Amino acid sequence: MEFERDIIEVQTQIDKLLDLADRKGIDVTAEVKSLTAKLNELKAQTYKNLRPIEQVQVARHPKRPYTLDYIERVFTDWIELHGDRAFRDDEAIVGGWARLRGTSVMVIGHQKGRNMKDNLRRNFGMAHPEGYRKSLRLMKQAEKFGRPVITLLDTPGAYPGIGAEERGQAEAIARNLREMASLRTPLISLVIGEGGSGGALALGVTDRILMLEHSVYSVISPEGCAAILWRSAEHREKAATALRLTSKDLMELEICDEVIDEPLGGAHTDWDTTAERVGDALERHLHELSALSPEALLEGRWAKYAAIGVWYEV
Amino acid sequence: MAWFRKDKKPLKAQDRRDLPSDVFDKCPGCSEILYRERLAQNLNVCPACDHHLKIAAEAYLSILADSGTFEEIDAHLRAADPLGFEDLKAYPDRIAAAEAKGKTEAAISGTGKLDGIDIVLTVMDFAYIGGSMGSVVGEKIARAGRVALEREIPFLIVSASGGARMQEGMLSLMQMAKTSTVLARLHEASIPFISILTNPTTGGVTASHSMLGDVNIAEPDALIGFAGPRVIEETIKQELPQGFQRSQFLLEHGMVDCIVDRRELKKTVALVLRHQFAGWTE
Ligand SMILES: [Zn+2]
Repeated sequence: MEFERDIIEVQTQIDKLLDLADRKGIDVTAEVKSLTAKLNELKAQTYKNLRPIEQVQVARHPKRPYTLDYIERVFTDWIELHGDRAFRDDEAIVGGWARLRGTSVMVIGHQKGRNMKDNLRRNFGMAHPEGYRKSLRLMKQAEKFGRPVITLLDTPGAYPGIGAEERGQAEAIARNLREMASLRTPLISLVIGEGGSGGALALGVTDRILMLEHSVYSVISPEGCAAILWRSAEHREKAATALRLTSKDLMELEICDEVIDEPLGGAHTDWDTTAERVGDALERHLHELSALSPEALLEGRWAKYAAIGVWYEV
Repeated sequence: MAWFRKDKKPLKAQDRRDLPSDVFDKCPGCSEILYRERLAQNLNVCPACDHHLKIAAEAYLSILADSGTFEEIDAHLRAADPLGFEDLKAYPDRIAAAEAKGKTEAAISGTGKLDGIDIVLTVMDFAYIGGSMGSVVGEKIARAGRVALEREIPFLIVSASGGARMQEGMLSLMQMAKTSTVLARLHEASIPFISILTNPTTGGVTASHSMLGDVNIAEPDALIGFAGPRVIEETIKQELPQGFQRSQFLLEHGMVDCIVDRRELKKTVALVLRHQFAGWTE
């Protein structure tokens, strides 16, 4: 990524020095120390001042941890549950039981692929209706057993295709929104990468909406928005800025409840630390929500969504 | 509907090119030239081919509500520009242009009677920024839904929309959650919700309240879908089949309960409501 160039350059210098030290037994401690300080300064400068389109690039970074990477690090006793019981198993979404520091929860998330072969399976994290229907089935199961639901959002959007329309993409998303609104168990969503429009929101009507620092959440992709409003996808940078899609923006718009800081240089540079912070945040919110009765949860959820919006009265 | 042909032979487009546009309309379905006044009497359904021409939101109020019973609510809500959004045009300019057409927002809500049954009705308006759902549309639907909840009377939404209003960013996406949340409450309270889908209904509006009717009613040949046809074509790199995402397609795939001619709409809704809702035993 363009904005990473200087960071990578310094990192390469450090690696070269360490390699030299290894092979020739030269003491490079002082140089490495100074370069590391420079590197951290550079990372801090870069990542605190990302432009919106760069935030989008980090959110889509191919090395960013995906849902299954968090499941591996944050949770234990994972068992994946497959299928919507109607048509097929949509692997663009994974879901199943897991334990968050002792508590059984249902975890559901979009799953992107790491390479082309993976992505054929995962469809780049773009779900079909059956993915959302599987999610709903699992959420209902969680409700049945009084367990909380944690959703991890990371999708470019719901898949726009013939089969998806035939099987009711709109209906599947709509039903999830309505059913999540009255699910009698705590719900937490966390945007880990790309929160892409209705395809993300279909897992996102929750008591708490959390975002990783460099994740984005948007009504439409900057490319899609630019193509429509600027009549060319090339204007995506302008669209990314106008859409106000960063975690900071979503805090200001009072949609996001908490932003989880990422390690210096982004989640992709340190999966374990990111996972640790995610676990801490989820545990804290879960603890707060678990104290509420189902009635209080629903009242709170209804009030939360009733309050979103800005207009004026004449 | 043959009555129209008997007393007046319809003109073909090529017969007269200089027809005054305030008196005549050309049917987009069969290209016949139609007298606007007669067309309006026929609820803007082409007498020759039954094509349903687009009509204003206000027209649905008079189609569905008993004469003189409709009372608008929440007419005082207006779009703000919370993001300071500017593309090729600034959002406030788009709002001003829509208001210049005499519109105040992309939805009208009110209470009234439908064949004597008390109802709450919201009609979306495609003429206002493509019927897009921003904060005001979401709020109007939510408030109307709460009136239905409090008064325990059926709720109807007539949809016509290109989807979420991009100029309000995430605030508009979250209106999908807002409207669906209210419908969840109506659902739990066993209050009927009838969704009427007109041409076109796409995007985030289809993927929220429009698909959530106890009964989903489509007007004939309406475009109804999640993704727009162009987006799908670009994604799959192939042409879409004839009739794709049209009402008949949705009926065949189980997404709408029935396709109803605009001239039968009120009667059909009344029939459904009398079956669904206690208190109207014959
Ligand atoms: Zn016609």
